[in-house]
Amino acid sequence: MSLVMATVKRDLLLAARNPGEWLNPLMFFLMVAALFPLAVDPDPKFLSKIAGGVIWVAALLATLLSLDALYKADVEDGSLEQWLASGESLYVLALGKALVHWIASGLPLTLMSPLLGLMMALPDDAFPALLLSLGVGTPVLSLLGAVGAALTAGVRSGGLLLSLLILPLYIPVLIFAASAVYHAGIGMSYNGQIGFLGAMLALAACLTPFASAAALKLNLSR
Amino acid sequence: MWQWLVRLYHRLGSPKWFYEITSRWIPWLVGLSVVGCAVGLVLGLLYAPADYQQGNSFRIIYIHVPAALLAQSAFMMMAVAGAVFLIWRMKMAAWVARSIAPVGASFCLIALLTGAIWGKPTWGTWWVWDARLTSMLLLLFLYFGVMALQRAIESEDASHRAGAILSLVGLVNIPIIKYSVEWWNTLHQPATLKLTEKPSMHPDMLVPLLIMIVTTYVFFALLVILRTRNEVLWHERKRSWVRDLLES
Amino acid sequence: MSTSFAPDSVDLIARSLYCERDDRVLFQHLDLHVSNGHLLQLAGPNGAGKTTLLRLLAGLNRDYDGELLWKGESLHKVYSEYAHDRLYLGHLAAIKRALSPIENLRWLMSPWMSEDRDHAVSEDQLWGALDQVKLAGYEETPCQQLSAGQQRRVGLARLAIVPTPLWILDEPFTALDVDGVRWLEEQIQRQVGRNGAVVITSHHALQNIPTLVRLDLGALAEQEGLL
Repeated sequence: MSLVMATVKRDLLLAARNPGEWLNPLMFFLMVAALFPLAVDPDPKFLSKIAGGVIWVAALLATLLSLDALYKADVEDGSLEQWLASGESLYVLALGKALVHWIASGLPLTLMSPLLGLMMALPDDAFPALLLSLGVGTPVLSLLGAVGAALTAGVRSGGLLLSLLILPLYIPVLIFAASAVYHAGIGMSYNGQIGFLGAMLALAACLTPFASAAALKLNLSR
Repeated sequence: MWQWLVRLYHRLGSPKWFYEITSRWIPWLVGLSVVGCAVGLVLGLLYAPADYQQGNSFRIIYIHVPAALLAQSAFMMMAVAGAVFLIWRMKMAAWVARSIAPVGASFCLIALLTGAIWGKPTWGTWWVWDARLTSMLLLLFLYFGVMALQRAIESEDASHRAGAILSLVGLVNIPIIKYSVEWWNTLHQPATLKLTEKPSMHPDMLVPLLIMIVTTYVFFALLVILRTRNEVLWHERKRSWVRDLLES
Repeated sequence: MSTSFAPDSVDLIARSLYCERDDRVLFQHLDLHVSNGHLLQLAGPNGAGKTTLLRLLAGLNRDYDGELLWKGESLHKVYSEYAHDRLYLGHLAAIKRALSPIENLRWLMSPWMSEDRDHAVSEDQLWGALDQVKLAGYEETPCQQLSAGQQRRVGLARLAIVPTPLWILDEPFTALDVDGVRWLEEQIQRQVGRNGAVVITSHHALQNIPTLVRLDLGALAEQEGLL
């Protein structure tokens, strides 16, 4: 356990020293959302209908952007080798890394989303649903994405590949989350959707670390 | 019984045994595919009655449905073969998994194309965001992901293992994806005409369909076996039995 | 830390190890036994499989045939105990350039720093170790401002404090200056002197250690007719 705690601490320290790593995806998030009114239609009535979906697509792309770096440096500088040498559980470690990723990516996205809601004329009733769906949904993105990051960590220019692998797996989260925001906007209940997101989070938290741990060992098989 | 299983396991793991036994199967598989395809298509295209709603255009199900079914089960087989490789380190399983991927993806593509062709007379447009077609599209993306990952990793062993892990993750996700897409679909298009859902099908329509489904599986087995034999030959090229084979 | 290790605290046995990479057999019928007080140097030309064998012995790679035993049990079965008793230093230093030497060392030593362990390493010892490898005054400078040799010393500082009886070191002399080489030789002598064991890959000529055993993988491959 001690190495996991130390790794979480170290990675948060690294994020604090290199703010670009987590700030750049946030700016990307903002810019992608700004493209839609420019490209499609700035009419608030139209925007309010697509706001939830657009914000979620932007959040998803921003997450993918930050995932590439999750394990790459650790594979290249030998940190991963030291994890394996420590004999500590890679399962717990993969969980810890996903947590770090969420703190540096999903959490700021969630906190920034109301700003995008304003830009996209999101109905007032939908703001709590937006925060809630991002709060429950983005950890799933981090957990699933970490598997892809572990699989592609040793591949040159693995970023695009990572997106190819992971995007189809993100579809269920996208569907339920965007639907929760949309339904909240038209005054309907969205408990069911959040419930599904919660179930997916529980499932992802239990299962994805197994896949991540197995994938991490691939990067050491020389 | 147990001993028999152990022996079977060792045999399955032996590339030479696989190559020799499949040499005997291939003529049968080819014969079955040709005959099944001929009988199924003749019955389906000429003898089955036209659909009361869709007329003759429904006949594309004789390609569409088998391809769609196969694309889904092929993914499952690929994941199972991958799991066998991950757990027991059986190289044959990895080669089978790698052989399945492009074949499964091709059937997935066939299902999508025939779905689109069918959609044109039925809905008046090539593409509708129908639940089944959308799930099929996502399945194709999953296949693409597995194939792209296998290609990108240089070390052979690592690429097999990575492909296996990803296909297992995909396998767990397929039901979730299917369910969420169906849920999304009922939300947005409550009243579309479902393509394949026929509560009771006339036996004259059903029998050719069943024949075509079985034939497609046989054909799939043939393709996978042929591709796996290539892998066997390539990986065992330095062994004496392959050299003898190539010289004779 | 000056106390010596118990007489049966190192017992690593390899029996008829066989390993191939990319359809090439690196070694076969390889037997070895590492126990207290041993220094084993793996030698041989490039590509002979020194690092591969070292990683097998460290338990980082399971892609081999044959047996690896730690205290009489399969190494991978008792891996977490084994990991506590051996230190592995790879040729990758696991140093984050944005962090300072003390921050890096704190992370590297974290498996041995939890309070509930015997001989838990303390924070003071970390500072002392950096002092020993001539990094006093640089403890809180980001590593990106240090030279390659200094960065390597951060990783090597572990040798001064780590409480494990078995060390496995991959090319530790790389990028060190004369002082650093001498210090490292002293550490290896100290470890062997206190009844610990060291397995090392290096082209460096190790001296003054009577228990040194050299295993030349190139010669072994020739003997087995693998070339």
